[in-house]
Amino acid sequence: MIWRKFVNAFMLSLTGLCTLVTVSVLFFVLGYLVFHGWRSLNWEFFTQLPKPVGETGGGMANAIVGTGKLLLLTIVIGVPIGFIGGVYLSEFGGKVFPFVIRYMTDLLNGVPSIVVGIFAFALVVMRTKQFSTLAGGIALSVMVIPITVRSTEQFLRAVPQSLREGALALGASKWKSIVTVVIPAGMRGILTGTILGVARVAGETAPLLFTAFSNRYWSPGFNQPTASLPVMVYTYAISPYEDWHRQAWAAGLVLLSMMLVANIAARLILSPKGAQNA
Amino acid sequence: MAAMANFPGMAGKGGENPAVTHHAAGTSAPTKLHVSGLNFYYGAGHVLHDVGLEIPANRVTALIGPSGCGKSTFLRTLNRMYETVRDARAEGSVLLDGENVFEMDVVRLRRRVGMVFQRSNPFPKSIFDNVAYGLRVNGWMRKAELGDAVERSLRRAALWDEVKDQLHKSAYALSGGQQQRLCIARALAVEPEVLLLDEPCSALDPIATAKIEELLFGLKENCTLVIVTHNMQQAARVAEYTGFFLLGRLIEFNKTEIIFKRPRQKETEDYITGRFG
Repeated sequence: MIWRKFVNAFMLSLTGLCTLVTVSVLFFVLGYLVFHGWRSLNWEFFTQLPKPVGETGGGMANAIVGTGKLLLLTIVIGVPIGFIGGVYLSEFGGKVFPFVIRYMTDLLNGVPSIVVGIFAFALVVMRTKQFSTLAGGIALSVMVIPITVRSTEQFLRAVPQSLREGALALGASKWKSIVTVVIPAGMRGILTGTILGVARVAGETAPLLFTAFSNRYWSPGFNQPTASLPVMVYTYAISPYEDWHRQAWAAGLVLLSMMLVANIAARLILSPKGAQNA
Repeated sequence: MAAMANFPGMAGKGGENPAVTHHAAGTSAPTKLHVSGLNFYYGAGHVLHDVGLEIPANRVTALIGPSGCGKSTFLRTLNRMYETVRDARAEGSVLLDGENVFEMDVVRLRRRVGMVFQRSNPFPKSIFDNVAYGLRVNGWMRKAELGDAVERSLRRAALWDEVKDQLHKSAYALSGGQQQRLCIARALAVEPEVLLLDEPCSALDPIATAKIEELLFGLKENCTLVIVTHNMQQAARVAEYTGFFLLGRLIEFNKTEIIFKRPRQKETEDYITGRFG
């Protein structure tokens, strides 16, 4: 009797403790980043180019824009491919083929990001003989495709079969029923999954190291090397300069804030009040 | 003797003779749907056995029978809705005004043969967009015409007065009974020649049920109705003709009053009087 109570209390405390550790790691990282990054954040950080070694000050405007352009390419190239692939998996196909595709998508999701970087390097950089925003965008697209495929498939599968039948019974072709009923019904979830997926690859460093490379200046267009926030954090953090460490913290904080905003936006979209007239 | 065996009146044992087509005595209406020798399979499972009947135009035909007897499956062959299920297969013939539905373009067929489902399934769109959906996928785009057609359909489904001021609200804001009438309006908007109703009232309370039964009467003028129901009183109330299914066979098909008062088959009588099912 007493033993049972003891085991019960022990297990309960253990689960509580582990939850506490999990949450506190998150808060510790957040707090540390805010503590160090906040002091270094100023208007200059968002508007100026990096200063040469030895001079203090300057900012990472080019890296912020660079990350923006990389994500734009990810959204233009990777997300549509993943989305349409997800529609296929959910709505078409027999039994075996989708199983194979699904399995391979999961494999792709597990490929180490540095390998994806090498792939994009071989595919784009070797041919164009140049590091470029495009190469980085393609690397990030490869990263985002499996995430988008699976989240699109999952949310489309959650759309009730009765809606599909309702549309078909009114004389809609299969394709039309998917476009006009099934996808709109699953849109909120798909959008959320996509935002989270893009936010996740936004912080990837390894695929960018030898695709987008880096740049201490502005990178016009899409076929020149570009700075990006994750690579800047990496470069600055391992440098021997005090002022660069300071800026690496700031860049880390900006990156984290971007993800946080994306996450909150995704939650708002998913909450029923966010989009009443779906 | 051999000739006697083929006489339609003798082949009553649930259509064991494949040539049998049930038609009700004294039918005055022309036939809208002519079903003969219909067999249906889910994979290896034989679900419908040699079903044959003639569904009269501009009448309400009810299909009754215990759960799993194949009446819903039968309904779903009439607009080929079963095709959404993998490994489902139908053999035999279903003629819509003499045209074989299995050879028709399925989109065209479903525009002529509408369907209302057991659970109301409005789209997550506004009331207006729900009713206009079928017209839009049929290529209707002009706003004024669309508005008129939506109003006409909602009136025929006896829903107009309740929703006319909130056409642009989400269909999910409606009550269960209203949603089902919305689905009827949505099906009527494309002006189908036949409307199939698959237990349309099974999830509704008696008041909502009464409203739907009432509106069915008004639809007969332009439409042939086939309703699957669990509820025998409902069949007796709304239908001129009734078919009784048991274990995948059409046991008996006749005028409703004959089915309920003087059934010719023992199985029908047992079911009507509540001895099983």
